[in-house]
Amino acid sequence: MERFKSLSEIKNAFANGSTDLEKLVDFYLNRIEEKKHLNAFLEVWADEAKLSAKKIQQKINDGTAGKLAGMVIGIKDNICYKGHKVSASSKILSNFTSLYSATAVEKLLAEDAIIIGRLNCDEFAMGSSNENSAFGNVLNDVDNSRVPGGSSGGAAVAVQANLCLAALGSDTGGSVRQPAALTGTFGLKPTYGRISRWGLIAYASSFDIIGPITQSIEDSKLLLEVMAGKDEYDATSSSNKNIEYSKQVSENKKFRFAVIKEAIELDGINSEVKSATEDLIEQLKKDGHLVEMVSVPELSAMIPVYYTLTTAEASSNLSRFTGMHYGYRTKNGKDLESTIRKSRSEGFGAEVKRRIMLGTFVLSVGYYDAYYTKAQKVRRLVANRTAKIFEQYDFILSPTSPSTAFKIGEKSNDPMAMYLADIFCVHANIAGIPALSFPFANDSNNLPIGMQLMANHFEESKLLSMVENIRPIL
Amino acid sequence: MREVDYSRYEPVIGLEVHAQMLTKSKAYCSDAYDYGASANTDVSPISLGHPGTLPMHNVEVIRFAIKMGLACNCSITENQHYARKNYFYADLPKGYQITQDKTPICTGGHIELKFKDGKSKVINITRIHMEEDAGKSFHDQDVYDSLIDLNRAGVPLIEIVSEPDIRSGEEAHLYLSEIRKLLMYLDICDGNMEEGSMRCDANISVRLKGTEKFGTRVEVKNMNSFSNVKRAIDFEIKRQIDAIENAETISMETRTFDAIKGITISMRTKEGASDYRYFPEPDLPPIHISQSFIDEVQKQMPALPKDLYDKFTKQYGLNDYDASVLTDDKSTAIYFEEIIQHTTNVKSAANWLMVNVRSYLNDQALDLNQFALNPTQIAEIIQLIDEGKVSHSAASQKIFPEFIKQSDKTVLQIAQELNLLQESNTDELQKWIDVVLSKFPEKIIEYKNGKQNLLALFMGEVMKLSKGKADPKMASKMLKETLDKN
Repeated sequence: MERFKSLSEIKNAFANGSTDLEKLVDFYLNRIEEKKHLNAFLEVWADEAKLSAKKIQQKINDGTAGKLAGMVIGIKDNICYKGHKVSASSKILSNFTSLYSATAVEKLLAEDAIIIGRLNCDEFAMGSSNENSAFGNVLNDVDNSRVPGGSSGGAAVAVQANLCLAALGSDTGGSVRQPAALTGTFGLKPTYGRISRWGLIAYASSFDIIGPITQSIEDSKLLLEVMAGKDEYDATSSSNKNIEYSKQVSENKKFRFAVIKEAIELDGINSEVKSATEDLIEQLKKDGHLVEMVSVPELSAMIPVYYTLTTAEASSNLSRFTGMHYGYRTKNGKDLESTIRKSRSEGFGAEVKRRIMLGTFVLSVGYYDAYYTKAQKVRRLVANRTAKIFEQYDFILSPTSPSTAFKIGEKSNDPMAMYLADIFCVHANIAGIPALSFPFANDSNNLPIGMQLMANHFEESKLLSMVENIRPIL
Repeated sequence: MREVDYSRYEPVIGLEVHAQMLTKSKAYCSDAYDYGASANTDVSPISLGHPGTLPMHNVEVIRFAIKMGLACNCSITENQHYARKNYFYADLPKGYQITQDKTPICTGGHIELKFKDGKSKVINITRIHMEEDAGKSFHDQDVYDSLIDLNRAGVPLIEIVSEPDIRSGEEAHLYLSEIRKLLMYLDICDGNMEEGSMRCDANISVRLKGTEKFGTRVEVKNMNSFSNVKRAIDFEIKRQIDAIENAETISMETRTFDAIKGITISMRTKEGASDYRYFPEPDLPPIHISQSFIDEVQKQMPALPKDLYDKFTKQYGLNDYDASVLTDDKSTAIYFEEIIQHTTNVKSAANWLMVNVRSYLNDQALDLNQFALNPTQIAEIIQLIDEGKVSHSAASQKIFPEFIKQSDKTVLQIAQELNLLQESNTDELQKWIDVVLSKFPEKIIEYKNGKQNLLALFMGEVMKLSKGKADPKMASKMLKETLDKN
């Protein structure tokens, strides 16, 4: 079977009779089996997918199918699906089954998408290489000795290796975009609140957002359109009405691009990534767009701000995992305190513990103002700076990550180096704006280089349409 | 042993009152909550703290908290946010409680206490904030395990914090009664301390009178009735004074009240106090309270006890005692107001409610809302007495109890059936008078010779003969006339 890159290609194939949904599902199930060594899927719901394929094929035949009929999708293992296991790739939630479905999942199902399985990730979405999963690494399909990025590593590789058409990830500080960049896929982080967080296992509530990883912009649009909208179950979800992304036509308008000077000049940016960025700038200029350097002196503060605030929220969000009511419970507990202490010590991995401790520290009496309050202030400064930039520019351009896919183990003992992998990504989460990573070039090792565009709040349409006009140099 | 002069000391007391809100659903989700429901049935993924769940806004709680704030003369905070209070406990499924920290919904109010001797005192309110309840732990129901019931988890509370203005157990009791009265008038809490829908912690210290500096503060918890609050505080005051007199140091600690022994017992010292790591709740957007919203809540405010007290004394002319008894709880006040819609005899309405109805309800251990007779029916009884158709004693001793049993009948029917309708038919009365007088010719002469008190004897005989049915007023008038004619 040929490789389908978008739902419309699949629909065409259905229409001309070259395949049908049941065959398609079988195809993906075979691919998953063939590519098992990548460790992208934690669980495959094969029987259920086949059954759905049959039902939805009937709807297609009857002309009553939803707009995602034909889409086979995997979900990151931190998104709840009623009656299915969800573990956030953590021992502490091993064998936990969700009692309800995430709003995003409900919306996909309502439009006849098929959810084929749950995808490996860094534990509780904390990581940039998928090396922090309790259920093993995920391998990059281009080079199995390299990481796929993280935390939505399984989601990115599933799409990269064509194990499903698209996947849902979650993005707290680049967890959709950075793995998308490292696997040559499209990763969209929507505006904060654009998609309900109900059913997304929280890492950092004021940063988290579900985002699609796809093989085409058109699928990003479609998935965003289906999932976006106000949800009574998420008080932080936005009621902004502009959600008809798939109807937006690509315009040939001339836009203004801001390139963050400090990003391009960053120490440690890979030279091939840097030159690809320059190539993109050239292309945009050639196409008649305005591209200018702007200074964002706060860039160096972004990683500290991000880790201060996200770990603070995480330390509280992860307090519910105690072994008391569900999930993993130690066998060595003697009383309440030792049961909670040991369940958490035995259930959480090292990176999660590191972040819980960091977050607990920054919220402690005596340190709160010096860290948490100060970080909140800098978050405000970044938001103000970003708003200022968007007064003059349509997009902010940067590479998605300073490097291409790195070797497994290369950074796992150096958390600071690992944290820098997200330096260009965290900006969008700090400011709550939409951002997209798209494949633009390959480096000399044939590893994908992703570029990132950020736009103002709720300007996903403009962002997605613009990227459709960019010509990758592959 | 040296005699201790307790009067040299001044207790300083502040109360923290937690009140469960009578909202239809829990604070941050749509679960119902009924006290006494089977364990772990009023729950959902939200109140169980399952992964991926988020709290929801409950505007009703905000409205309730503002009502209490307005009733306590507080300022309402325009811009506020929720906060998380983090601590680990088995009955706190999320590992944090959603509460308010730096921006409580109401600040800076006061309420006035009225003492029996007519004096009054103002107690200042520091703040009122919104929060959610935890579940319940049971450590004594199973031999091996502690058991958890999460029905209560997420039930909305408001916490009302007073300034340290309270000076005795009695004042604390009065303050608490006043708070309870307001909560119940506002219909936002059922005020039941035994079931825990209203709970109270006290911060207590003592100092020598005339000194400015506060003594070391001790927090007392688990006082689950009004009388226990008073007992616990009085005990703790004495304990602290004794300790100071014996040159012992009072440590800053939390103590629990043992109601059986009547003493407070140390639970934990504050030295290893938990750091709750409060921070703004990121799952709920900040709350903006507009003036128009406050105005809307203000419009929904019922009359408060103070307003009704003023109305009852000034407009209806009741005395202070009657007015305060009748405004003590909302249902009595409403019931009273309804009675006097149907009768102009305000004093009689007050007496019937305060004496007859109340003692019946006390005997039967019922609430006014479980009472078989409605206010109109009480007004009917009063009317029947006022029209002279029944005597007051017949009405209260015989008709009232029967009426309660047969409330579908009219009071007139009951009186007829019991044969208690007074005779005011003059022919009938005259017959009885004549019969009586014919029995006592000598007494008539004595009467005529000035022994006026014999009239009572004649009246008694008339009443006896009529089996109590003679209208005493009319009978006495006719009796006199008959005697004068003779």
